[in-house]
Amino acid sequence: MEHIRMPKVENVRLLDRLSSRKAVLGTLYLTATHVIFVENGSETRKETWVLHSQISSIEKQATTATGCPLLIRCKNFQVIQLVIPQERDCHDIYISLIRLARPVKYEELYCFSFNPKLDKEEREQGWKLVDLNEEYNRMGVPNNYWQICDVNRDYGVCDSYPTEVYVPKSATAHIIVGSSKFRSRRRFPALSYYCKDNNASICRSSQPLSGFSARCLEDEQMLQAIRKANPGSDFIYVVDTRPKLNAMANRAAGKGYENEDNYSNIKFQFIGIENIHVMRNSLQKMLEVCELKSPSMSDFLWGLENSGWLKHIKAIMDAGIFIAKAVAEEGVSVLVHCSDGWDRTAQVCSVASLLLDPYYRTMKGFMVLIEKDWVSFGHKFNHRYGNLDGDPKEISPVIDQFIECVWQLMEQFPCAFEFNERFLIHIQHHIYSCQFGNFLCNSQKERRELKIQERTYSLWAHLWKNRADYLNPLYRSDHSQNQGTLHPQIAPCNFLYKFWSGMYNRFEKGLHPRQSVTDYLMAVKEETQQLEEELEVLGERLANLQKSQLGDNKVKSKQQDRSKQLRLSTSNNSLANTPQEYSNDLKSFPSRSPSQGDEEDSALILTQDNLKSSDPDLSANSDQESGVEDLSCRSPSGGGCLPSEDSGKDSDEAVFLAG
Amino acid sequence: MEFSELIKTATVENVLLSCAGLPAVRGTLCITSHHLLLSSCPGGDVELWLLIRNVDAVEKRLTGSSGTITLRCKDLKVLQLEIPGMEECLNIASSIEALSSVDSVMMMYPFFYRPPSLKLEEGWHQFPLEQYFQQISSQTSQWRLSTVNQDFSTCPTYPPAVIVPAAVGDEALRKAARFRQGGRFPVLSYFHPKNRTVMLRSSQPLTGPNRRRCREDETLLGTILDEGERGFIIDTRSAQAAKQARMTGGGTEPKSSYPQWRRLHRPLERGRPLQESFAKLVEACSDPSLSMDRWLGRLESSRWLSHVKAALSTACLAAQCMDREEATVLVHGAEGTDTTLLVTALAQVILDPSCRTLVGFQGLLEREWIQAGHPFHLRCAHSAYSHARLKQEAPLFLLFLDCVWQLSRQFPFSLEFGERLLLSLFDNAYASAYGTFLCNNEKERSLCKVKESTHSLWAWLNRPEEQQKLLNPLYSHNALVIWPSVEPQSIQLWQGLFLRWIRPSQHLDEAWAEIQRLVEENNTPAKESTGNRLSQSLSDHTAGMENRR
Repeated sequence: MEHIRMPKVENVRLLDRLSSRKAVLGTLYLTATHVIFVENGSETRKETWVLHSQISSIEKQATTATGCPLLIRCKNFQVIQLVIPQERDCHDIYISLIRLARPVKYEELYCFSFNPKLDKEEREQGWKLVDLNEEYNRMGVPNNYWQICDVNRDYGVCDSYPTEVYVPKSATAHIIVGSSKFRSRRRFPALSYYCKDNNASICRSSQPLSGFSARCLEDEQMLQAIRKANPGSDFIYVVDTRPKLNAMANRAAGKGYENEDNYSNIKFQFIGIENIHVMRNSLQKMLEVCELKSPSMSDFLWGLENSGWLKHIKAIMDAGIFIAKAVAEEGVSVLVHCSDGWDRTAQVCSVASLLLDPYYRTMKGFMVLIEKDWVSFGHKFNHRYGNLDGDPKEISPVIDQFIECVWQLMEQFPCAFEFNERFLIHIQHHIYSCQFGNFLCNSQKERRELKIQERTYSLWAHLWKNRADYLNPLYRSDHSQNQGTLHPQIAPCNFLYKFWSGMYNRFEKGLHPRQSVTDYLMAVKEETQQLEEELEVLGERLANLQKSQLGDNKVKSKQQDRSKQLRLSTSNNSLANTPQEYSNDLKSFPSRSPSQGDEEDSALILTQDNLKSSDPDLSANSDQESGVEDLSCRSPSGGGCLPSEDSGKDSDEAVFLAG
Repeated sequence: MEFSELIKTATVENVLLSCAGLPAVRGTLCITSHHLLLSSCPGGDVELWLLIRNVDAVEKRLTGSSGTITLRCKDLKVLQLEIPGMEECLNIASSIEALSSVDSVMMMYPFFYRPPSLKLEEGWHQFPLEQYFQQISSQTSQWRLSTVNQDFSTCPTYPPAVIVPAAVGDEALRKAARFRQGGRFPVLSYFHPKNRTVMLRSSQPLTGPNRRRCREDETLLGTILDEGERGFIIDTRSAQAAKQARMTGGGTEPKSSYPQWRRLHRPLERGRPLQESFAKLVEACSDPSLSMDRWLGRLESSRWLSHVKAALSTACLAAQCMDREEATVLVHGAEGTDTTLLVTALAQVILDPSCRTLVGFQGLLEREWIQAGHPFHLRCAHSAYSHARLKQEAPLFLLFLDCVWQLSRQFPFSLEFGERLLLSLFDNAYASAYGTFLCNNEKERSLCKVKESTHSLWAWLNRPEEQQKLLNPLYSHNALVIWPSVEPQSIQLWQGLFLRWIRPSQHLDEAWAEIQRLVEENNTPAKESTGNRLSQSLSDHTAGMENRR
């Protein structure tokens, strides 16, 4: 609390990006964990809550006559524009937020104060929901080829690895330790995915410290052991996910990549995915495009192209497709690495796993996948997502890219995933929110030291509890799309990669389809199920009746209730019935009187009725949807002369969807 | 002319047909007056049944003694035929070229197509303007149905009947017509039942360099507005272009002569630039060598999505003027047969739920495109692949269908029909067995006896088994205006059309089938049959017991 200089400011205006005219007045509060804006509106008093940990940047802009603008950009892509009447207040808020948004100790994070009112046992149960031991068993290890190794039990070999990893049976402790000394940050080759149908596997590591000529016998033996663990194949692929140039540059620093001559039976392959700095800049550029004020189609497409974002997404996907193909079709094991083996390697291994194994396309399986390839193998969540104040150059949207790859696949295979888009968005949100302990710190070791599981709650349990919200109604486990490996189209397929406005413009509701097919179908499905259950109940009652010859009125009344159930709130009709700003690319919008006579006609105008030039714009009168999460936007009719009665009166009619 | 003169070689054996995404087949190729057939074995399956009118471009490549013909179709499909024998190959190619470019309407396939299940007159008089007028006249007496154009002498591109202000007589209409390009005087396009505002359309006034005026035209537009009321003229040209049009005899309504009207310029592309945009987009979509970056660049430089955005924005503006400003709107560009109709038709889909049903949408097309005189024959003579020298081709109708698709994506429950209808309309506008999109206007259709001698597409589409395929399972009546977002993030490439033959659609089709299954499952089970039966037997029981007591 000591960082809050100013807990409350009144008469703050919250602006809307899409329409400068639509601003709401309210009060701004600062708490230890949130920034809260409460609208002044009489009935609803809509609230906007932003966690401090979501704030990625705060910009204080030049003071104008109306006040001092403050721009808050969030890591979940929300952009909040406030105008604070007094410069002094704005400054205090700014200074406070700068400090609050950049905690220096883990203990300052929200997860240590967040209390969802669960008892100790429930908390422990929550942490047990995702169990990696179980997962490796599901994959089919340990077996004749793979075993768990305990050389890292005290993090003695590699402090960013988990204590338990799977290695080939023929890899002795000596080989593992030897190999680890020849790999960046001692991240030796370990099992990520095992395909029990054909024994092919995906292993991961960091780059070898090969420099220009160094060799390591144990490392060579390690790769040999991986190959032997797949008796069906006489070679393995070594996939370096970096661009070749980057990998070569690393040789000068004593790092680099495997020399095919030194390793027996490997096929070496570069798949160029750019590094975290390129990705950070790419996202930055794309977000600038998303923030453009009334961009033309060309502005947008050019900006999107220049950002290179979709090109990077495709590169990650291509690498995943290559590996999945090697494993599933060729039956060849793959060793994947990049530099340290915790960013690109995590992306690529998890995309490949997702393509290979339908289990990872279920809700539970997806949690397991993130736990396996990201959390347990030491993806540096704290550094990448800036949970604690740190080096800004370490920040990069690595897991965001993986999440987007999943979305792109969902668009191509609408029936293949048990979960929906919302699930992905909420996971992304909580990777940054620090509300749950799952993604804290940079490694398992750090998390254990902090006793995360005893002091915080697990996101997975929270999502699992609300799983009904995250179901994809089109998913069926017996569906053909969900059998075996997914085969995304390879070429030509550029057009299959689309801009994900549901993520990057997710707070601008007006941009999205106004009616949600997912929600509608879920409700339909639920209703069908209810009907069937009811039918069963009725059937039972009927049977009882026939036995006991007793009437029961309750059955009938229950049946009547049912007819009222399918009033779906799926279409957001206050939005649907709201015109956008269709003229903001043009200076003069029609007003009720011809106010700005156009140059051509002005010479001819005889009756000068263009004296009045202060007519309110049409667009000021038409209600706009707000940029923040707002589902109940009744238009406060700006100019007062345009009633928007239909958004209220008629909406009932449209909300009701015939069942 | 006899078709047989154009067919140099009627059959060739051992032709290999290949088409993206399908296995190649070998068989006998056969050319008839209107079709290209390929059957894999004598009397066996027909693998290809292509309307020759659908062929947009023919490319031939000779290698040694055989040749390959690539057929690029108007529906954007691409086929390859490998033909043994150089002479046969050349003959086949030139026959297809000749047959596909037959320009005489009465030689076209609809005049020969006689499906046993349909009657000739069916569907032709399904959407009479009289019927639309009755809806209006039940709410207001300010409009009348005029037959001033009965013999097409007042305006050759208008239908025989038009809806005009009740206060204006036929003689005045004739005079006003002389002041509008092609005689297209202002007529009612749409009556908005919600607030009784109207939308009119016309062509540009013939103001000319001397600033000509026409009292009747001014009166016509003046009488629509009450004292003090304002109307908006949405001109689909830029202010600059409209001004330049005066040099060639056209122009705009000067404020001095039309004091109650305020003009808004919203330039929409048409003509050659639009056709080129279409061709560029299709070229980009079918280029397999594009990298991710260049794909977006090519998509951008085709400018197609910009045209979609502009068309939607303008239609929304027209709709907003009517629905929110409660003002009368007049839409015109130059001829009033292209961008004008795009805007008026699209605005109605946005405003009026009755245009969003399967049959209502057909009525809208009939009223606002076909009878309103969009020159389909000229505009849809060639599609995106043609190397022929372009004359008057322009994909305005496709642009309209694309905009409707964008609406259906943003409002997935509000349109009764699905993508299939839009695709089918696109296909039929460019090459069809039906007469619906033949000719440029009602006058030509009457001269060619289209309605007497061809079948109507609507008759076919409205057969129950066809309708079933076209319906949107998610549809539920939405009485509201559907205001789309026109931000670039909300406008997407219509993959179902532009990538129909390129992208794999199996997974998306499966998803669609799954949606249908879910909705049907919900409609059938307990709800009616079992539920009713059970409650029925329950009450029977109770009744029975009561009796016993």
